[in-house]
Amino acid sequence: MKKIEAIIKPFQLDNVKDALNELGIKGMTVSEVRGYGRQRGHKEIYRGAEYQTEFLPKIKIEIVIDAAMTEKVVEEIRKSANTGKVGDGKIFVTPIESAIRIRTGERGKDAV
Amino acid sequence: MKKKSMLFGLTMFSLAGASAALAADPAPTAISNKAAIDLVQTHANYVWTLVAAALVFFMQAGFAMVEAGFTRAKNAVNIMMKNLMDFCMGSIAFWAVGFGIMFGASETGWFGTSGFFLSDFTPGGDPWVLAFWMFQVVFCATAATIVSGAMAERTNFICYMIYSALISAVIYPVFGSWAWGSLFHGGGWLEKLGFIDFAGSTVVHSVGGWAALAGAIVLGPRLGKFGKDGKARPILGHNIPLASLGVFILWLGWFGFNPGSTTTADKSIAMIFVNTNLAAAAGGILAMIVSWIKFGKPEVGMTLNGALAGLVAITAGCNNVSPTSAVIIGAIAGTVVVFSVLFIERIKIDDPVGAVSVHGVCGAVGTLCAGIFNIGGTSLSMIGVQALGIAAAFLWTFPTAYGLFVILDKVLGLRVSREEEIEGLDHAEHGGVAYPDFGPSTQGGLQLG
Repeated sequence: MKKIEAIIKPFQLDNVKDALNELGIKGMTVSEVRGYGRQRGHKEIYRGAEYQTEFLPKIKIEIVIDAAMTEKVVEEIRKSANTGKVGDGKIFVTPIESAIRIRTGERGKDAV
Repeated sequence: MKKKSMLFGLTMFSLAGASAALAADPAPTAISNKAAIDLVQTHANYVWTLVAAALVFFMQAGFAMVEAGFTRAKNAVNIMMKNLMDFCMGSIAFWAVGFGIMFGASETGWFGTSGFFLSDFTPGGDPWVLAFWMFQVVFCATAATIVSGAMAERTNFICYMIYSALISAVIYPVFGSWAWGSLFHGGGWLEKLGFIDFAGSTVVHSVGGWAALAGAIVLGPRLGKFGKDGKARPILGHNIPLASLGVFILWLGWFGFNPGSTTTADKSIAMIFVNTNLAAAAGGILAMIVSWIKFGKPEVGMTLNGALAGLVAITAGCNNVSPTSAVIIGAIAGTVVVFSVLFIERIKIDDPVGAVSVHGVCGAVGTLCAGIFNIGGTSLSMIGVQALGIAAAFLWTFPTAYGLFVILDKVLGLRVSREEEIEGLDHAEHGGVAYPDFGPSTQGGLQLG
């Protein structure tokens, strides 16, 4: 199993969610996060003083999937979250040792 | 109800009189009905004065919203408490002591000595003193609450309450007696010279503004306001819509503040109303344009301050300048306020909401303008008296407020501890938070170091 973490622009969430649904991904966890990469922040003004907003609002999607689907899912997220502009985000893939469904006690692939 | 039925009775009486008069007596005239007409006028004066007092009272909500919006969420409870207590402490202090000092009989012209605890009112006697007191106490509370904004996010709550009682009992009423004492039983040296401050650019706003300056200086800046390089860093307000609502509420309240200062229901309120509105509009526009030129964007904080600056500035001359002059006065104030806010920051004074610039500086500017733009012509001596009044307000308020804050600092500690300031005053001083359902996502741009 693999965990896919995708950091995307907030307004791309619906696109990505729909694309993942079409692939048959049945669940996901979404959090509101802040951060920056190469895009950096931008300048703003408050009562005459300029400041840099370094941490921009982003959405983090976490899904755990069968390892065989990894490439397909990553590609689908990359396509659906892409605007072609700096700040589109990143995708991270990590191995998952086990997964357990709390209600039934199912383990592994059946649990995700 | 009693008044209403009395009025009704009077009307019926005069109608009956009129029909009876058809037969024999000559028709009633304004002169023969003078008593009835005067009574109606008196009642209208009561109604207008008390409705205006209610509008000015609502300005307390405006001040609370402006201050809360321009500061961080972790101090919002403290700000609500300060603004609420300003009015509570102020009402009691002004009833017990302040009103007597401000409007009591004054032999010297420096302070009044009668009418404490509203002793001018006797049951069954003339209740005008009550209506007049109600209108004046909301003014007193306005001066007191101005200071809250400049001292936001770092002041020990107990010290603030003591200050609040003392400005309402002594600092504000003493200066008020110099300029406005003769509105009731008093008489001050400044008004005898012909000082013009119709609704209180100096009496209310500059006095509040200079006390705010003293408080901000004695307290020192908030943690993280000035970097190691000495440059001012923004500490973002947590809710700009709330601050904007506050400005709209203040603007509304000003329609009681200025036109209500006639304490008379007559036609003069129309021009005062229009002047008040035009100055605020011009102030907002000019502050927006200046901020646009200086910072490249029409900045909301400065623009909100600009509208308030226009309102403060027109307060002195709202009854004796033309609407065209009101536009000019508002425009001057809207420009001055932007440079003043930047200047106050440059000299390392931290005033989170711009109270010193809006109320102190623009109050002085407006008072001077009331002399310069006087509708009946101006003169050097007239402008000189205005300048004298401005100077007197500073020389009385700043040293007394400064002394008071230094004493409070020595005795009780004017400022909260570093830990309490970082944690937020809501938690440290009041044991609660304003927004328990929302986790803090930002420190409002504050970087400690």
